Amino acid sequence: MKQFLRYLNVKELVRPIGQMLAFSLGSAAVMSAIILVLALVLDKTAVGTALVNKLNVSLFSYTLSNLPQVVIDGLTIGFVYAAIALGYTMVYGVLQFINFAHSEIFAVGAFVGVEVLIFLQTLGVLSGASVFMAYAYLSLAILLAMLAAGGLAVTVEKIAYRPLRNAPRLVPLTAAIGVSFLLQDLIRLVEGLTTGQFNRIIPTFGNFDDRITGKMTLGATKLFIGISVKSIIVIVAAVLMLVALNYLVNATKVGKAIRAVSQDMRTASLMGINVNRIISITFLVGGLLGGAAGLLYALKFTRIDPFIGFFPGIKAFTAAVLGGIGNMTGALLGGIILGLLETFAGSYLGVFTMGAAGSEYKDIFAFSILILVLIFRPQGLMGKNVGQKA
Amino acid sequence: MSLLTIDNIHSYYGHIHALKGISLEVNQGEIVCLIGSNGAGKSTALRTISGLMHPKVGRIVFDGNDISKMDAHEIVASGMVHVPEGRGIFPTLTVKENLEMGAFTLTDRHVIEERMEHGFSLFPRLKERIDQFGGTLSGGEQQMLAIARGLMLDPKLLMLDEPSMGLAPILVELIFDIVRKLNEQGTTILLVEQNALMALSIAHRGYVLQTGEITISDSAEKLRNDKAVQKAYLGMS
Repeated sequence: MKQFLRYLNVKELVRPIGQMLAFSLGSAAVMSAIILVLALVLDKTAVGTALVNKLNVSLFSYTLSNLPQVVIDGLTIGFVYAAIALGYTMVYGVLQFINFAHSEIFAVGAFVGVEVLIFLQTLGVLSGASVFMAYAYLSLAILLAMLAAGGLAVTVEKIAYRPLRNAPRLVPLTAAIGVSFLLQDLIRLVEGLTTGQFNRIIPTFGNFDDRITGKMTLGATKLFIGISVKSIIVIVAAVLMLVALNYLVNATKVGKAIRAVSQDMRTASLMGINVNRIISITFLVGGLLGGAAGLLYALKFTRIDPFIGFFPGIKAFTAAVLGGIGNMTGALLGGIILGLLETFAGSYLGVFTMGAAGSEYKDIFAFSILILVLIFRPQGLMGKNVGQKA
Repeated sequence: MSLLTIDNIHSYYGHIHALKGISLEVNQGEIVCLIGSNGAGKSTALRTISGLMHPKVGRIVFDGNDISKMDAHEIVASGMVHVPEGRGIFPTLTVKENLEMGAFTLTDRHVIEERMEHGFSLFPRLKERIDQFGGTLSGGEQQMLAIARGLMLDPKLLMLDEPSMGLAPILVELIFDIVRKLNEQGTTILLVEQNALMALSIAHRGYVLQTGEITISDSAEKLRNDKAVQKAYLGMS
């Protein structure tokens, strides 16, 4: 135990938590400030008047009273995006290619996890399970989802990407898109043959749907905060995974090897590193994170279908590009920003446009960000190059 | 005693026939240099020996074992280290982490620390830069790091590809002094160099490589005095 503690790198456990706090609070503060200023400006215009007529509340105090809830919801989805984005960014770091099949790895995680829970439900152990057992079952489902997704990611790399390792870069990219469609249809096929339906709903059990609510008064405005237990689970699970991943990459031998391979594959092999094994491990880790994210996503949004991977996948990809693809801290920041941005847009767009554009247009923001980043800062927010001197 | 024997190897880059039947030998305790102009196949020869490429024809025997079909990471474990052209420093790993990568196949922490200290005694500059990223070092420091990293395994055979490339003359002297010192301490060295004069001044034997074939092989002293070699590679007329 003493031996173990001696080699435990505490700094690498604390640093990512600090980063997450800073990123969450920082992004939330910036977006809150923007939306509040916008609310103040629009308060005296037709937008404000419309809201007063409708709900008898000023635009500013409406915005302010909803703010804590929006931030919490935004962070919940933001951490899920971050967990998926890390899968894209790690694989990109090592192979310089976008694994577009990662969204289906996520979907498979969701399906395996949900099917495990449905199976447990048919056994009759879920209803009436104690709170402790409910968490045990959920953990089991997450674990199996992770293993299935991780195993699938490794297999896909071996079968579809490894033979194309030395091909021009467009070739594996195209293969990845092909694998993505293939997996979507495989999920459909398997679900169709075994259950006869494509839409699955995660069973209700435990105390996950309970809400913890609070009220605060800030001057004349009442602030309502409510957070469901499952949002807390999503955030806690995601944070734990991200800390573990950070530790793996920055404080272990395997992690150093992953970084070495991502910087110079050929020299890494001259160090005695089995590059193929490190690439497999990278896919495994990305798959584990994606699989867990899949089930967490299913827990939060309850209903899943074989195409569930598409939007979270493409948004997590956006988050990875936003943060700087290949950069793990960047993926975390990108995920948090994107989750918050999307939730802010979804919550306020309706009121701020007097109902002309509702929350269904929230995705415009995510993808506008992608385009703006690609134009003005193609290396992403945290992307940087430490050049190697000749 | 022969440590490395290469028997008639042919290597290709796609359809380009880069090595056309090369045979050479490195004996225990020697410094052997491989000289030749740009594109003669010097680096290709090292890459083929260290397993980064595989010969289409021919046999490579290292320390009694046929390694021609083995991959680079397997060959490293048998005691051969290849310091590649351009140094191959990991730019966003620190100096310390770069050295740890050199010891990737080792598990004993004491041995790793000991060898790191040995590296620092050869190149004290590296110790001052221990927590700096490899990419921020100067060219000379990167070459020092590359050699120190190669020594982490205490190899039987150290292969250096163009260690003098892009370095100021004073640093070239320093690097070659270290190479000679390492050899005196028992490390066998296979050296690839464009700076033929420098290479022949420390080597025991040399091979001249021309468009994928070995044209001359002799003792370093005889090569230094060979009229054709002087004209082509030593800048004398």
